[in-house]
Formats: sequence, structure tokens, C-alpha cells
Amino acid sequence: MTHTPTLTPAQLEEFGRELDAIKEKVVADLGQVDVDYIRRVIKAQRGMEVAGRALLMFPPAWLVGTALLSVSKILDNMEIGHNIMHGQYEWTGDPALSGQTFEWDTACPAEHWRHSHNFTHHTFTNIVGMDRDIGYGILRMSEDQRWRPYYLGNPVYAFLLMVGFQYGVALHELETERIRSGEITLADKREVLEGIWRKTRRQVLKDYVAFPLLAGPFAPFVFAGNMTANLVRNVWAYSIIFCGHFPEGTEEFSVEQTRNETRGQWYYRQILGSANLTGGKLFHILSGNLSHQIEHHLFPDIPARRYAQIAPQVREICQRYGLPYNSGPLPKQFATVVRKIARLALPSRGSTKPAVVERVAA
Amino acid sequence: MFTETLAQSGLGSRLLRLIAGPHGVDRYTELVDPMWTSEDRATVVRVRRSGRNLTVWLQPNHPVAFTAGQYLPVTVEIDGRRHTRCYSPANAEGVGLIELTIARHPGGVVSEYLHREARPGMTVGLSAPAGDFVLPTPLPRRLLLIAGGSGITPVMSMVRTLAQQWYDGEIAVLHYVRELEDSCYRDHLAMLPELRVLHACTREEGGELHGHVSAEHLTAAMADPDAVYVCGPHALVDAVRAHHPAAVTESFAPVPLVIPDTPGGGRVTFSDSGIDAENDARTLLDQAESAGLTPKTGCRMGICHTCTRRKVHGVVHNLTTGSISTDDDDAVQICVSVPVGDVDIAL
Repeated sequence: MTHTPTLTPAQLEEFGRELDAIKEKVVADLGQVDVDYIRRVIKAQRGMEVAGRALLMFPPAWLVGTALLSVSKILDNMEIGHNIMHGQYEWTGDPALSGQTFEWDTACPAEHWRHSHNFTHHTFTNIVGMDRDIGYGILRMSEDQRWRPYYLGNPVYAFLLMVGFQYGVALHELETERIRSGEITLADKREVLEGIWRKTRRQVLKDYVAFPLLAGPFAPFVFAGNMTANLVRNVWAYSIIFCGHFPEGTEEFSVEQTRNETRGQWYYRQILGSANLTGGKLFHILSGNLSHQIEHHLFPDIPARRYAQIAPQVREICQRYGLPYNSGPLPKQFATVVRKIARLALPSRGSTKPAVVERVAA
Repeated sequence: MFTETLAQSGLGSRLLRLIAGPHGVDRYTELVDPMWTSEDRATVVRVRRSGRNLTVWLQPNHPVAFTAGQYLPVTVEIDGRRHTRCYSPANAEGVGLIELTIARHPGGVVSEYLHREARPGMTVGLSAPAGDFVLPTPLPRRLLLIAGGSGITPVMSMVRTLAQQWYDGEIAVLHYVRELEDSCYRDHLAMLPELRVLHACTREEGGELHGHVSAEHLTAAMADPDAVYVCGPHALVDAVRAHHPAAVTESFAPVPLVIPDTPGGGRVTFSDSGIDAENDARTLLDQAESAGLTPKTGCRMGICHTCTRRKVHGVVHNLTTGSISTDDDDAVQICVSVPVGDVDIAL
């Protein structure tokens, strides 16, 4: 593994300015094409959803209906929901595209997501102990997390999280690890719990009661189709998201390292902590452009369709400053994630103390 | 109307809301036809351009209940961004089509866009009508209505509504225009019975009167009116008030075209809390916290949008993108936005 260079404060400042300039240029260029694009995606998603749900009531078309509904849920959560909730379309002034009010077709209440993801994860990306996306409070995803016998089940927990990903995400804001450690009680999280219950109940009623009942005698087909679509979306979202920060080569940071970070240092951490996925245009759309995880983490609130356009500039800047630009196809990246999940189930070899290197110049 | 019918029956509507959730019925129906929504929208059905004036007729998807003289906020999308401007309908109350006459303001984003792009089939957004520029009940017997430029539209709505109601009092309309061609309602006014109409041209000869507001003009239009209404630029409104202090007024200010380059100056109003403070050129978040407020906040560096708030009015400068927000009701990230001059923020 190559050693990541330490940048001087002056270099970091210049590095930050260069990245700021990319964002400024994109923001100045935003316009009708960006709005037309997201509305086209929304129209396609809603069309596929209606068609998929209608076809599911006609058993011979079960496979097609399930496929359409699966893709619809993937688009709803990723290219539409995730990105709109980041405020990527706030500049349009269109209430349908407002990140403040958007709600998505998954168990997690949008309000919780805006906090745990937009703020906690995107601000404290890959800081062990602050970024709760490192292992989601149940997995060991970094050497810097102290090993406990509980983690022997790492691969099993990871598999269960994949299958029931929407519920894992829904429970994220509950901070179960803090409840288990006795730091807070369940009663402290009453409001959060109520929010999760309200949203999850509606989602369950919709997919597993209302739509099956509407299908009359074909209820079991609709039930199975909806369950499959949710499962497909869960596995897909999990795979893409786990490839964002956990593949081989991504780095974690310590709280001490990142204290009083400058903007340049923040950018530096985002690049070192994220990894991209290579693929075609359709793959990028279905991944919600999270395949451009590096660009997304640098600029989480610019419309995601712009990431592909700025990626060469970001890559060039990384090259010039000698920073790694972690990128690879999904199967390869995901394989390294699976290896990491298995490896970290066991105690780290050698020193038990995390080897956090002081990389960011103070 | 379509979606309202759907939403009316009890159990059915709850089931519908459940299966259309979490987006809601409107977000599906509007994709079939933008008018099929419970949001107020309208389609442009007719357009007339004459000189500096553009008149559009709108077919709303729900009836618009406005009182003659009120204004209607109209939202248009220009290059992906929504802009809202208030226009007073010129049609009578209770008429199905809404008639808006919009003067072209050089540099005015919305008026120039509409003058260029308005055509039948175009969709616009509507909000609830508002405004106190309305006639009292009981109606006065002698009514003097004064308009400047496109300020004629609420006056048109009033006289048309009064004509429908068989009003038998006296009405005089005094319309100030630069030149007679700017008075696009001249023919309509001439057709209305029992109406004294005077045009005063400020830039050339042509109307019955010439020049700006004077005691002679007002007397020529109507001596000793029971009520005076004036709608137009500030200067006109002030001039009329000098003669008729009790006049009911509505004035429109031109859009500010000059934006100061230096932040600070003026005052920041936190309108939800009823607090205001001197604008010290720091971010809105810092200034709000100094004023004792505790707005919801997250990253404090412009990435998470937790602190995004509605800016009621004023100009703010986004430090991370360099963009400048001038429109009312824009969403702004207060942690990285610096107010320029007077700013009102919903905090």
C-alpha cells in the first residue's frame, strides 16, 4: 500500500481553494437541464411504480411487475430521495424538490435521515467514534474499533443488515449502541421511536396489507412481489453504500486528528475516506450516483448528475497532490468489503492499539 | 377538482393516502396533467402583446376567490428556478378566467421572461389572493380611482365588478401613463357606461390631461369624492396623498437592480421571533445566535442543510458558492449566508 502524503497547511489551503472553485463553477451553471433531468427520473420512477403494482395484480406478469417495482424503489430511494434530501435541488424553489420536506418510500423517516446522514455522516465522515456509519453501531468495519467477542458474528450481522437494510437504516437514529452501553435509555429516544413506528407502520401497511387486499384472490402474489422488490432494493442499496467507504484503501480518522480542521483538511478527509464505483450511465443512475462517492462527499448538495462531469477534474487534482483516488468496479470493490467484514470478525493481528497515523498536518 | 373528489370520501381517501404514500396523490396525478393537483395552478389560454404591456388570460385549476383590487402571487419557472411576483387581476370578481396585464420592466426577470415566453399552454403556479386595496361596504357614492401605469389593473377589476353589480354611484378613473399607447384598457374603459375616464400623459401630449398629479387634475376628475383609491409608483401615491390624505393606496416598487458588493449595513430581522438587530456582516447563523436565538443547525459549513431557512425578504450572499439570493422566500443556508443590507429571515 502506498503511503498517503502529508500536505503542508499552505498546500491544503490551495487544495481547498481548487475544490471550492469546482463547486462554484457548477453552481453558477445550474439551470433548466438539471431540473428537467430530475423530473424525468421522477416521472420514470412513478410510471414504473404504477405499472409494476398494476402488473403484480396479474400473476402471469409477476416477474415483470416485481422487476419494475424493484427498480422504482431503487430510483425513489437513491437517485431521487437521497439526492433531493441533500438539498441538491433547493435552488429550484420547487416544493416537490425540497430537501426539507421530501419523504421517501422506505421505512426510515426522512427527518431522521436528514440528521444521521446529511449532518452526522457527511460532516464527520470516517471519524471513528463520530461517524456512526462506520459499522452502523452493530458491525466492526475499522481496525480502530476495539475487538470484542460479539464481533465474531460480524459476517452474520452484515448479512442480516443487508437483507433487512431498510429497517437497519430506520433504526439508525435510535443509536442502539449507546442504549446497549447504558449511556442513554430507551426512554430518551421516545420521540425517535415514535417517528420510526409511524413511518414503518405506514410502509408495512401499504406494501403488505393494502396492496395485497386490493388484489383480492391474488393477494399472495402481490405480497410476495412487494417483499421481493423491497429485498432487491435492500440488497442493492446495501451493496452500493458499503462500497462507498469500506473498500480496501479507504482510511479512517481519529477525533484528535480532525480537531479544528480547515476546509482543505475536511476535503482531504472526504477524498481519503471515500471510494468510487466504475460503470455505465445506467449503473450510475441506479446507484443514485453514489458511484461517484468521492465527488458526492466533496459536494453533497450539488445535483448528482453533475458528479460524472467534475470527476476528471477531481481526479486530476488528486493526482497533482499525490492523493489516492480509490475507484473500481462493483464486484471487485464489494469483494474487498466482504473480506474486511470477515477479517474484522477476529481480533486484529499484531498491536491491539489502533495504528492511527498523524497524516493531516496540524 | 379531480383530486379533491378523490380525497373526499372517508375510508376511501385514507386508503388512497396510504397507497399513494409517502409522496401523495398529487405527485402522481400531476405527471399525467399538471393541472390535476390540489395545488393552485393555472394554464395560460390567451396572450395579447401591445407595446410595453402583455395581457395573459389564465384558466385556474381551482376557482380563485379574490376581491376586486387584491393581488395574486403568480409563480413561474425560469431556467429551473421558481420566481413569484404579485399581479392584480384586471377581470371582475367571479369570472372564470383571470386576466393579468404585465408591464415590461427592463431588467425585470419575470416580466421580461413573460413578455418573451408567455404562450397558450404555459403552466404557472398560483397562491392565495391577498391585499387590502379593496372597496368598502357600503359602497361610497362618489368614487375617484387613480392609477399609474400598470396600476390600472386593480382599478379595472373594481370598475368591471361594479358594472356587474349595477352600481349606480359616480365613478371617475384617472390614469397616468407615459404615452397614450401604454393605456391598454382605454377601449374597455370607454365601453363601460356611467364612467368618467381621464388619461394623463406624462411624456407627451395625447390624453385629456398632461403632466404629473396636480390639484387641477384631481378636481377635473372628480371634485369632493367620498373615497379615493390610488395604485401606482410611490411618487404618484405620495402626490395623491398630499391632496387626499385619506386615500386608500397600493404602491409597487421597482425591483432593486443595484446590489451592494459589501455585506453588512442595514438591519437583520428575525421575523418569527420578532427580533431585529444591526447587520454586522457575519453569517445569519452567527447573528441569530448573538441575538439570543438557537436555530437548528448542523455542520456549520454549508453542507448538511439542517439550518436552511426561508428568507422572507432581502439580499444574501452565499460564501461557499458565491451565489446571491435576491428573491423573496428563497431557501438559504444560514450558516454560510451573509446578509447584504436589510434582510428579513423566518427565524
